[in-house]
Amino acid sequence: MKAIHNLLQSVKPHFEEGGSLSRFWVVFDSLETFAFTPGHVTHSGAHIRDGIDLKRTMFLVIVAMTPCLLFGMWNIGHQHHLSLGAPSDLIANVMVGAWKVIPLVVVSYGVGLGIEFLFAGMRGHSINEGYLVSGMLIPLIMPVDVPLWMVALAVAFAVVVAKEVFGGTGMNILNVALTARAFLFFAYPKQLSGEIWIHDVATSKAGGMLVDGYTGATALGHLAGTVGTAASEASAATMSMFAEGGMFSLSNCFLGLIPGSVGETSALACLIGAAMLIWTGIGSWRIITSFLAGGLVMGFLFNLIGANAYMTISPIHQVVMGGFMFGMVFMATDPVSAAQTNKGKLWYGFFGGLFSIMIRVFNPAYPEGVMMAILFMNVMAPLIDHYVIEGNIKRRAKRLTVAAA
Amino acid sequence: MGANFAPRKPLDMSNTLRIKKGVDIRLAGEPSVQCSDAPQPKVVAVQPTDFPGLTPKLAVKEGAQVQAGDALFYDKTFTSVMFASPVSGAVKEVVRGAKRRILAVTVESDGAGTAKDFGPWGGGDRDALVAHMAAGGAFATMRQRPFDVLANPADTPRSIHVSGFDSAPLAADTGVVLEGRMDDLQRGIDALGVLAGEGGVHVGTRSGDNTLGALKGCTITGFSGPHPAGNVGVQIHHTAPINKGEVLWTMGLQDAINLGSFLRTGHYSAARVVALGGSKMNDPRHVRTMAGASLSDLCVVANEGARVISGSVLTGTKAGAEGYLGAFATQVVAMPEGHDPKFLLTEGWLSPGLNKFSMSRAYPTWLMPKRKQYTLDTNQNGEDRAFVVSGQYEAVFPFDIYPVHLIKSIMVNDIDAMEKLGIYEVAPEDFALCEFVCTSKIPVQSIVRGGLDALKVELG
Repeated sequence: MKAIHNLLQSVKPHFEEGGSLSRFWVVFDSLETFAFTPGHVTHSGAHIRDGIDLKRTMFLVIVAMTPCLLFGMWNIGHQHHLSLGAPSDLIANVMVGAWKVIPLVVVSYGVGLGIEFLFAGMRGHSINEGYLVSGMLIPLIMPVDVPLWMVALAVAFAVVVAKEVFGGTGMNILNVALTARAFLFFAYPKQLSGEIWIHDVATSKAGGMLVDGYTGATALGHLAGTVGTAASEASAATMSMFAEGGMFSLSNCFLGLIPGSVGETSALACLIGAAMLIWTGIGSWRIITSFLAGGLVMGFLFNLIGANAYMTISPIHQVVMGGFMFGMVFMATDPVSAAQTNKGKLWYGFFGGLFSIMIRVFNPAYPEGVMMAILFMNVMAPLIDHYVIEGNIKRRAKRLTVAAA
Repeated sequence: MGANFAPRKPLDMSNTLRIKKGVDIRLAGEPSVQCSDAPQPKVVAVQPTDFPGLTPKLAVKEGAQVQAGDALFYDKTFTSVMFASPVSGAVKEVVRGAKRRILAVTVESDGAGTAKDFGPWGGGDRDALVAHMAAGGAFATMRQRPFDVLANPADTPRSIHVSGFDSAPLAADTGVVLEGRMDDLQRGIDALGVLAGEGGVHVGTRSGDNTLGALKGCTITGFSGPHPAGNVGVQIHHTAPINKGEVLWTMGLQDAINLGSFLRTGHYSAARVVALGGSKMNDPRHVRTMAGASLSDLCVVANEGARVISGSVLTGTKAGAEGYLGAFATQVVAMPEGHDPKFLLTEGWLSPGLNKFSMSRAYPTWLMPKRKQYTLDTNQNGEDRAFVVSGQYEAVFPFDIYPVHLIKSIMVNDIDAMEKLGIYEVAPEDFALCEFVCTSKIPVQSIVRGGLDALKVELG
């Protein structure tokens, strides 16, 4: 530790103003502050400060994501072997998963942090920690077989357009990771549908190696096919997959033994993450619980309507499928793009959950409603806060008129 | 949430209000309840910088002989309000800073303790009392809300509020402060009753502590809960909140005692019972001394690297071992500086953090018993960032006010928004815990002070 400190101090002059490497000051500064919390002391006001900083906060979010990451890696291999009808074991599954996920993570961090360094250097401020979380979220919401160049492009778009043009971490309006996903969804709709949810399923299909009847579509993809038709025989076949013992049974969906984006499939892993975020006080329990409530309410309303097969799926089943849980725990809770007031968070979460289920059922073109719903609520969050604060202002004004009377 | 904060009517004695939001930071070096007389200070300083809103005009020159109670300077706007020397002796120095701003007037004590005689207060109307107090230096510690500045003696405040206890870490004990001073306190409260408008005088006490229960001529409200329950601003907000256009006055408990003593004897008194605490303080205890006393005469600090703070760790000023006790300070804290960089794995952001105190539960110390005492240093524990995390301030800010939105309105200097969001009700000290808990290390108190000053200028 002393040795690292001495090493950093000995090379520091080169990076400082006038040094030969001064243009790389931002890089040096972020490395130094990464290794050592600086010896900055307080000057006035509160002489003591809470032990928490943004690095610790972001690190704990990443820790909360690891169950999703690890399970996702395993599940990639599991689905791959399932599609081939091959026996799968733990090691083989994880190997396949790591082979697919590690490049995604490397590309996401490489491109994203590269752009962050560039902007920080241009603006002369230190690197903010925000991308540490976004950079891990992005691989987790990607389809397995998405081409890496697309990921790079999406990351670049999201970091520049969703974040840096607004001034960096803390200033953005939209969630950065979801913006990357939305970019891909709208820019490459053809490539992003169909056979990229399971590793190598397209090649296997061409080679005739697929298990009979295996399509490689996600749960929501199957369900989207039932919309617009009354409960017919075709949809009955689909619905049987969601019954007990089917591929998309409640327990399979809850555990995450289904195809989907890398880290989103397991509701259980997401809930472990939620517990960690709520326990540490870093994720808002208000948003998480109200989001869940919103999803359940919408699922229940659809049950009552029952206009097509999709609507008859039970609310519990609805919320454990697709990206609902992952979005609820890791996307909706992003404190920068969510509502800021405690009361506002409840409304924000509730409508986020409600719209997630509504969009996926109403519009088969957008099977993944949670992305659209959260981005929409990101835009609405300032409005929600505005009305909460107006209520506070009115209450104060009313007190004045009472006092005057 | 609104219901919890709904403004309440003034309450009778039996009432207790529970403050739910806030936190008690338990620091090592708690002062014992023993109290002794500190040696007579050789030098005292009266520092205009302790009084927000004051523009001092000198009343003496360097070298002049003064008695205790003689004015050292007065306010440019409220010229009748005198700031008196607490001791007799010679004016040693007028300390000036940038642009010749007066930072302090120091007086070398001659040890004789001769005091100017203003005569005991024999009764009279309100104007006479104000004039008597202002001339004798006993009005200088009166502050007004909004703005948390020196009170205008020409105003009649709606009500006057005194907090009967200090809930800050390592604070002075009310029982020790009051020992043998109840008569003077009653006299002071009676005088405040003459000054106050129809709202009368309000005293907040720690619920369950009956030390102040015998006070007459005031409304007593008990408060329970964590810091900042002892802040007078919190007590005002929960009993009779300030509205736009209203003026309230506040006075410290010890200043009210000194006011009573002044009215009884006719001699200016700046007496202070001060809690000496903190992990670097030798023999943490209480001492009797006076406002402006030189800290080197007052306390022994364990080692030289320590920071010596006049006032609390949340709101005080860095005085240094050679500094002086501030005008409103009732405690002195000595604590370690935190200049050393903290390696990520051992003490930094990836460390287990078994000695880190955090309102979030990002470190395992939230599992420890609430009584555990922490030795915190002055390290900022992180770098300056933009607002990222939400909901932190609200957990330690017991006002029906949205703190982050108010602070943002101050940052963009939006006067209209500041007014609407309730800036009239707050003082920088009410935001001290927000500053403490902030992940982004935003200097909240100085922002609020800036906002109050800007608004005061705007309103003329």
